[in-house]
Parts: sequence; structure tokens; C-alpha cells
Amino acid sequence: MGFLSNDLIYSAIVVFALAFILHAIETAWSVRSGEGRNLDRSRTERVARNATGLIVLADLILLAGLITRGLSAERLPLGNMYEFSITGAFAFTTAYLVALKKFQIRWLGLFVAGGALLTLGTAITLLYVESAPLVPALKSPWLVIHVAAAIISGGIFLLANSIAAVYLILEKIERNGTRGSWAARLPSLDSLDQLTYRLIALVFPLWTFSIIAGAIWAEAAWGRYWGWDPKETWAFITWVAYAAYLHARVTAGWKGKKAAWLCLIAGSTFLFNYIYVNIWGTGKHTYSGL
Amino acid sequence: MAKIEKDRTRELREIGGYSLLRYLWRLLTSMRTALILLLLLGLASIPGSIIPQRTQNPFQVQDFFAANPTISPWLDRLYLFDVFGAPWFSAIYILLFISLIGCLLPRLNHYRVAIFERPTRPPQIFESSEGFFEVDGDMDRAIRWLEKNRYRIERFDGSISAEKGYLKEFGNLLFHLSLLLILIGIAMSSLFGMRGEAIVNEGERFINTPVAYDNISPGRLYSLDSMQPYRIDLDDFTAKYNPITNQALDYELKVKIRESTDAKPREGVIRVNKPLTFGASRVFLQATGYSVLVTVRDSSGVVTFQGPVPLLPQDPNLTSAGAIKVPDMDPGIGFVASFIPTIERDPVRGAFSSFPEPLDPQLLLAAWQGDLGMDEGKPQSIYRLDTSKMERIALISMKPGESFDFKVGSITFDGYLPWVNIQVIHDPGKRTALFGGFLALFGALGMLFIHRRKIWIRLRGDSQGKSLEVAGLATSGEEKLREDLVSLKEFLSARAGEGKGE
Repeated sequence: MGFLSNDLIYSAIVVFALAFILHAIETAWSVRSGEGRNLDRSRTERVARNATGLIVLADLILLAGLITRGLSAERLPLGNMYEFSITGAFAFTTAYLVALKKFQIRWLGLFVAGGALLTLGTAITLLYVESAPLVPALKSPWLVIHVAAAIISGGIFLLANSIAAVYLILEKIERNGTRGSWAARLPSLDSLDQLTYRLIALVFPLWTFSIIAGAIWAEAAWGRYWGWDPKETWAFITWVAYAAYLHARVTAGWKGKKAAWLCLIAGSTFLFNYIYVNIWGTGKHTYSGL
Repeated sequence: MAKIEKDRTRELREIGGYSLLRYLWRLLTSMRTALILLLLLGLASIPGSIIPQRTQNPFQVQDFFAANPTISPWLDRLYLFDVFGAPWFSAIYILLFISLIGCLLPRLNHYRVAIFERPTRPPQIFESSEGFFEVDGDMDRAIRWLEKNRYRIERFDGSISAEKGYLKEFGNLLFHLSLLLILIGIAMSSLFGMRGEAIVNEGERFINTPVAYDNISPGRLYSLDSMQPYRIDLDDFTAKYNPITNQALDYELKVKIRESTDAKPREGVIRVNKPLTFGASRVFLQATGYSVLVTVRDSSGVVTFQGPVPLLPQDPNLTSAGAIKVPDMDPGIGFVASFIPTIERDPVRGAFSSFPEPLDPQLLLAAWQGDLGMDEGKPQSIYRLDTSKMERIALISMKPGESFDFKVGSITFDGYLPWVNIQVIHDPGKRTALFGGFLALFGALGMLFIHRRKIWIRLRGDSQGKSLEVAGLATSGEEKLREDLVSLKEFLSARAGEGKGE
């Protein structure tokens, strides 16, 4: 089962790579055809749709990889950083696909396929560990709930951050003139700003819940629900940063650039927690590392 | 910015006394200040995750001091080894919570009235409002749609005003009040709580009294006299390890529990994630190690020491180290002890353990003779032998059951036992904090997903009640209002006769 899982993950990487290439072609075409000539929207649109199809396929293969990984270890694949990464990549792409049903964000596919490729690539080359059962402290249903909520939150945080980053790039382009043809098909700054906000408003309660579930688990495993362990501290910092984002937007009326920067700062605290604290940090969460 | 500052200082000079307080209060409770304090709280936590903290790992703090002797005292003066107990950290969150209360009180007061308020008269001009449209349909039907969608409706002549989403502010207030509740829970935990640890050998018992603990840290308002004297007999401990990775797979401790010393016993099991519970106290299984059973005799064969000696694990494979002290011999005898559950030898590392279970156990001892330093009244670690006034007389390696004669006596390695580190935590605030956490979650859901919106409908004067003008206003979540308006329009456009089955 473990080998099958690895094969599936490799296959998912290949399909993500194909999706990435198609999205790159789509982007390149629309950039080129913008130089004076008419933009053939139907052709790029077709390519983009195929790319989305590939992302769906890759996502399904990834899901199969996760399930086989879970079966081989006889638990949910949420026990170490390799598993967080592949589950996180799944959460990220699934968040994109779900959001795609509701919003016009197909253009984000290049980032999503690229992000999934990077995450899976690092996971399988640097973070890989053989599948194995868990140490006693990790055996709890709250682990599953806590980590699953954290990973889904992470996927949506990353999506919101990608959009905020695109916002800042487009904002710069618009300040220096008009959008080029590639950027022209992207939504208006206003709707990007709104989309970021809606994603974060959606994920903030989930992140709150993830912290509460973690506290319940910590209380059962270590006897204290909160101990300022580095992981906890950074989860708190992320919570505070996104709370500040929501506050700034709703009550202080921060919109656009300032809000996008705040969103990126908040997102980087999440990534810092995931990467730095897992690998170099100390404290009780270290076994969640490599 | 500078100009504003100047204005402020002038303002400050002009006002004094009571009005100065009012000014400071208003400054503190302003949204901008709350936002800055919130960000500051996040920033202030960062050093706590980078610099080692006393509350988490005092040994790491010692190492840090040793490695950075010049800056460490300065960091210490700034409380950077105890960030979350530092006065400046407390100052930030106390100010934040005062600011929060200052924000909430007027809003609570306002909401008390606002929750019962009726929708106000629609504006004179509709056309400039959100989602304005004209549609053929009658007012009764529009009202039916609004009622079905739980709008609060107020009728005026020729027009109605409907409003929805009153619970958004409720969610908002609930969220912020719950944060206060969490803070109260945390305060209760630290004031009325207690935590203690004790190393107990398999086969021994633990009675919950202050003296039973190796270390105990009661909260400021915790009364040591009121401890519930429950008794736990540690009958059997099993640890399972993965034979390939050596990782612990499962710990299980079978116990007999008595709620008080003379109560009837009942059977129980403690696991890593499954503590015993006595009211607000919980008994955790925290760590495990080995105690060695030894008997020491003097040269005439009289037993001078006998019993289990707990040793501290040094690595994941439970290489354990400690000290055996025999003050009843003259001169004193002491042993630096090292117990190795599965012995392996290596030219570089010497003897070490290759597996945490006792597959090939050995006890390595260095015997010392001289002054143990135990009469000076200075507290001594039971795990360390102070060899500064002693002389080494033998190096010993023994298997269970073996004995060794050193010049002035003998030592027998009778066997070994697992010990467990029992951690008792009394936390009367955790339920409050948890309750606060869940309330905050519900509050957040309400605050973020409920949207306050108004819909106005007016009969067109020239249409004899057949045509309506509709418009709306959303204070948040415009999409929600737009969806409502679209749905209302569709409902009104469907002919009254056909819409029976709606």
C-alpha cells in the first residue's frame, strides 16, 4: 500500500506538471496575442479548461495517494510533515476547485498548479518518511480534527494569499498605466480585494476551531490546554494577524493595498509556523516535523 | 501625522483632570488603538517562540546563558526568557482587554435597544440605491416573500421597509465577550490551579498529598490543605516500542484507584492521552524510565542500603543515569549509576542502549568513597553524586542477579523496575476557557456570515398597485443583498396565479 501511495503521488506530480504547462501556454498565448493582434479568447479558454480538467484529475490521483497512504499506516495521513504537505497540497487545490465553481478564478490555475508542484516536490524529495504508526501522544481523535482543520485552513489561507499577491502585482501595473493583455482578463482590483476578504472571513472561524481542537488535544495529552509552545505561539500570532486583517477591513475601512499587505503578512506567519517551527523549532510539536 | 501629534499635545495641555481621563479613555477605546494593540500582541509573542522560555524548558535557558554570557543577563532583565509572564506582555493584553471592554459597553447598551428597533422609513429617492429595479407585481406578494425570508417588516403608506440580519451584531458582541470569558478561564487556571509531578515505581502507590510530589507548583490562591486524598496503586506498567524505529507505540498503566484513602478500590487504566480524572484534577502519564533494585552491604555483610533507585533517561533508548548514595557507611559510599536496557558497545561512544526495552540489561557503576556532602543541609539532587570530596574506588559492570565486592563492602544488582512520571494537574479554569472558545467560534460565525441588509418597496404612484419599485441597502456582504433582490424579483415576476406552489 505504501508503494502504491508513492506511485500515485508521483503520478499526481506528473499531471500537475502537465496542468502547469497548459496554464503556462495559455498565459503565454494571451500575453503574445496582446501585442497588437486580436486576442483569440476561444483558443486560450479551451486550453485553460483542459488545464482545469488536468488539475481535477491530479487532485483525484492525489486523493487516492492519500487514502492508500492512510491504509498502509492504518490511520489518517496526518502524522508527519510529509503527510501534512501532501494533504495540504490536496486541500489547496481542492479549495481552488471549489472556489472555481463560484468565482471566476481560472486564471489562478497557474499559481495553483505551480504551488501544488512545489509542495509535492519538496514533500517527496526532502520530507519523505516511510509510513508508520504514531507515537502515543498523537493517538487521539482530536489530532485528526485539529490537524485536518489546520490543513484545510492552510489551503484556504494560501489561496487567499495568492489572490492578495496578484492584487498587489496588478495594482502596481495599473498604477504605471493600463493592464497588459494578459492581465486584462483578470478580474478588477475591487473584486480581487473582495474575494480575498471573503476567503479569509470563511477560514477565520475554521482556524479558530482548529486552535480550540488543538487546545482540547493538548489538554488531554499534556495536561495543559495552552502552554506557549512555539507552534502554539505562532498559531496564535496567525490568528491575531488575521483578526487584525478582518478588523482593519471592517471597522477601520482598510481596503486594497494596505489590506492585501496585511493579508500577506498574516499568511507568512502561517507558512513560518509550518516550515520553521516544524523543522528547526523546539517544543512539544517537534514530532509533527520530519 | 506630525501635525496631528502637535494638535493632540495642545489638546492635552488645554484639558485637565476629568476631561484628560475622558480623553485617554476615548483614545484607548478607539478602534485604531485596539488594532495597534492587537498587532502588538502578535509581535510581542514572537520572541517567546525564538528565545528559550523558562516555563517550557529551563535547561535550554541555562544552555543559552552559558552560550551567550554577555547578552543573556540583559535579555533576562527584559523578561525575554519569560515573555508570557513579562510585565510588558501583560500590559499589552490588559490594555487590549480594557480597550475591548470600553468598546463593548456602549455597543452592548446600544444593541439592547437596537435589537427591538423597527425598520425605518424608506428614503425618498430609490433610484440611486443598491440594486434598484422596477417590477410588475403586488405588494402582498412582496410581503409574503419577505416574511418567508424572515425579514422584519414595517409598513408605511404606499411603501414598506424590511430589514434582516439583526444577529450579526449579536455574533460580534458574543465573539468579543467570549474572548473575555477565555481570559477569565486562563486567570482561574493560573490562580486556583496546581501542577505537580512525582516519579513512582511500578508496584508502589501514590497518595495525593503535598509530600508525595517531587515538585509541586500551586497557583497563588490554591490551598494545599484542600487536596483530595485519592490513592492510586500502580499495579502494572507496559510500554510497547516499534522494533524498527524504536519509537514508543503505546504506554499502559494498570492502576487501582481509591477516591480517598479508606474508600473501596476500583480498577483503572492510564494511557498517554487518557488521564484519570478527579473533579478538576487530572492524573497524566508523562514519561517512563527505569529504577534499579540494589542491595549494598558493608564488609561484615550487614545491609546498609536496599531498594529501588530511580534513574533518569538520557536518550530515547532509555540509557538511564543516576546516583546511589549510601550515607550509612563510614566513610560514605556512593555510586554513579548507568542502567542500559539493551547494551551495545562502540569504540567511540562506549556502552549505550540500542533499544528501550530490557533485552540485554546491564548496570554500570562507578563506586566512590568519601564525603557525600549530605550533612551540610544543602539540597542535593538525588540523581547526582557530588564527587568533589570523594575518591573513585571501582568500576563495575553487572547483569541482573550479579554481585560485586569492592574493598569495603559489596553491591548486588537485584533487578530493575519501570517507573512512571505521574503528572497531576488541577485546572479549575479550563471548562470556562473551553466554553469561551466555543462561544467565540459561534460568535465569529454569526459576525462573519450574517449580513445586515434592508429592502425597500414602494408602489408606483401611476400603476394602480400593479407595479413596484424595489431597492436595498447592505452594511456588509453586498452579494447577499443582491441574491435576495434577484430572488425577490423572480418571485414577483412569476405571475401570481402560477406561483401557488411556491
